[in-house]
Amino acid sequence: MDGSTAAKTKIQIMTGAEMVVRALADQGVDVLFGYPGGAVLPIYDALFDEPKLKHILVRHEQGAGHMAEGYARSTGKVGVLLATSGPGATNIVTPLADALLDSIPIVAITGQVPTHLIGSDAFQECDTVGITRSCTKHNWLVRDVNDLARVLHEAFHVARSGRPGPVVVDIPKDVQFAKGAYAGPKAFQPRRARASAPAREEIAREKIEQALDLMAKAKRPIFYTGGGVVNSGPHAAAALRTLVKETGFPITSTLMGLGAFPASEPQWLGMLGMHGSWEANHAMHDCDLMIAIGARFDDRVTGRLDAFSPNSVKIHIDVDPSSINKNVLVDVGIIADSGAALEALVEGWRARNAKNDADEIKKWWKQIDAWRGKNCFAYRASGEVIKPQYAIERLYEAVKARSEKKKDVYITTEVGQHQMWAAQYFHFQEPNRWMTSGGLGTMGYGLPAAIGVQAAHPDALVIDIAGEASVQMTMQEMSTAVQHDLPIKVFILNNEWMGMVRQWQQLLHNERYSHSYSEALPDFVKLAEAYGATGIRADKPAELDGKIAEMLAAKGPVIFDCRVAKEENCFPMIPSGKAHNEMILAEDFRGDEIDEEGKMLV
Amino acid sequence: MPPRSDAPAESRTLAVLVDNEPGVLARVVGLFSARGYNIESLTVAETDKAANASRITIVTRGQPIILDQIKAQLERIVSVRQVIDVTLDPNGVQRELALVKVRSAGAERIEALRVSDIFRAKVIDTTLESFIFEVTGASAKVDAFIELMRPLGLVEVSRTGVLSIHRGPDRN
Repeated sequence: MDGSTAAKTKIQIMTGAEMVVRALADQGVDVLFGYPGGAVLPIYDALFDEPKLKHILVRHEQGAGHMAEGYARSTGKVGVLLATSGPGATNIVTPLADALLDSIPIVAITGQVPTHLIGSDAFQECDTVGITRSCTKHNWLVRDVNDLARVLHEAFHVARSGRPGPVVVDIPKDVQFAKGAYAGPKAFQPRRARASAPAREEIAREKIEQALDLMAKAKRPIFYTGGGVVNSGPHAAAALRTLVKETGFPITSTLMGLGAFPASEPQWLGMLGMHGSWEANHAMHDCDLMIAIGARFDDRVTGRLDAFSPNSVKIHIDVDPSSINKNVLVDVGIIADSGAALEALVEGWRARNAKNDADEIKKWWKQIDAWRGKNCFAYRASGEVIKPQYAIERLYEAVKARSEKKKDVYITTEVGQHQMWAAQYFHFQEPNRWMTSGGLGTMGYGLPAAIGVQAAHPDALVIDIAGEASVQMTMQEMSTAVQHDLPIKVFILNNEWMGMVRQWQQLLHNERYSHSYSEALPDFVKLAEAYGATGIRADKPAELDGKIAEMLAAKGPVIFDCRVAKEENCFPMIPSGKAHNEMILAEDFRGDEIDEEGKMLV
Repeated sequence: MPPRSDAPAESRTLAVLVDNEPGVLARVVGLFSARGYNIESLTVAETDKAANASRITIVTRGQPIILDQIKAQLERIVSVRQVIDVTLDPNGVQRELALVKVRSAGAERIEALRVSDIFRAKVIDTTLESFIFEVTGASAKVDAFIELMRPLGLVEVSRTGVLSIHRGPDRN
């Protein structure tokens, strides 16, 4: 908050629509993503005169939602979207659910039919708060213009505090026209304190001490970190780096947590989970102490629950009390913001001058090095066709120098095989550089998310690592990128299959490839040109580096059609229903790894 | 899938104090249906107009680990102010009210009236062939009363669900 507190608490009379624009400006919003329609016309009219707010006109409201997510994840700020009533509101349900599962702060403002028409099945009416209730952290229907300022400021507070998440403020059209009293954020005490994280001094001291005791005694410890560390902010990643360095423990992370710890560090074991590294999963299985921070023991991470890390003592730090003991019972549960808890652990570790049994830790690292020796991400290279893994490796090599020097390379993904390959073969050094739909697994996330990232960082290099199936779900947003000069690079690993579906059909359904092949695909180069963007195609491994350089040199948005091996599978893999130490490598794959019970799992 | 546990399921009464605002009941009930938790009974009413507060009393059933999860999930709802586990409170009082319609004649009619007297139920309506009883007490007492009325011509039952409050002069 800046110094003009007095001005912000001053009450002013204005219309509801003007309040929306004013509240966004007062909340520090600089970009919003939206699509006009009948029920938000007054707000759009107010936006017309507001120079502080940049509005990105999308092509579909789902795109606005993912853009707001990309903006939020890459900046740590709240993402804002604006949509009209009825179909505008129903179109944002997918991004809201996506943001809820991945804990991304979003404020969605929707128009509603005028209050006297609510419940009459009016044109473009839907029960927006009813429909979005289970896919938001909270939502409001504002029936009185004099409640609007409070609700808008409260919406931002709820979205960003505690475990962040999406909220919806539904505003009937007559409330947008009505005049009422507006006051700035300072005028309101957030009455919903429970949405906030416990303050630093409220963290249970004895639990931190208990955690430190366990850490100092550990022989086979591991850090398991998640998106909560990224959400907590740069100070959390900094404290994590210090703690990992000073303890000397190995660290793995969830898909959501990539970048909080630098992948170039020797203590980094890579991502864990279904398509995580051999060493990370085996270390999780065999550890004697697991320190989970801002991670939620998702089924993609744990594999078979009753065989999940059976012999370890588990510490779990999470800002959300309901995450603790939800899927896995833990020994020490600490309710705290990741950053605050990590800082407390660093302080405590230093104060104790703690040292583990050096021989035991050395033995543990020797074991880990043996697992690393499996070289689990090895794949059969080809001179004829581009292997998808090779494509990501070359892309990473091409941007690595820039990434290290300027720290302004941002990667988004769609969902499927390409997403896992991106997580495996692209390496992240900083938090907030990796935007992917982890919890909901939303195909079509990456392209609009990239636009949102680019809108927040106009000079950065933003690449959507995509699959040809996913990217067609929100392809129309290329038009948005062109209109707003947002030079995103869409790098499509095109294998003509819904690759992950095809892989599972091969593994689980006796190679019966039911409706997973796209018989007809657009010519992506021509499609790019039709949008006014640049299209590039690569077919052969030998031409790949040159074509990637061409993509990176292009001024505007690019669609890169990277034609890759059609039937490559994503390995290593924990077959569904199996434990971490039952992971299989590409070369060991037989096809009968998944039993009947495992087939039931998704 | 929740953590596997062999602990038997328990019944719990939760008092959920909420902001009295539109949709708050839907939030609470929606949580139970979305996460597959049981609701055995549910009551809700505004309890403090000045403080804009309502009280929802829920009887639920589950293993202790699930019950903890239910409480934590309820506390995440922004409109929820407080969740009190009344079952665990030694000073918690729970009551339920039922209206019980019985149709019978002769000895059965007399027996129904006698049983109602033992249970201190009130007759709130009568015809020559029927009674409506109002019975109040812990759910187990209400259950027992209804079971006794079954062979005596039980026609219909309407129950409020459980209400609860903390004994003594203080709040909760």
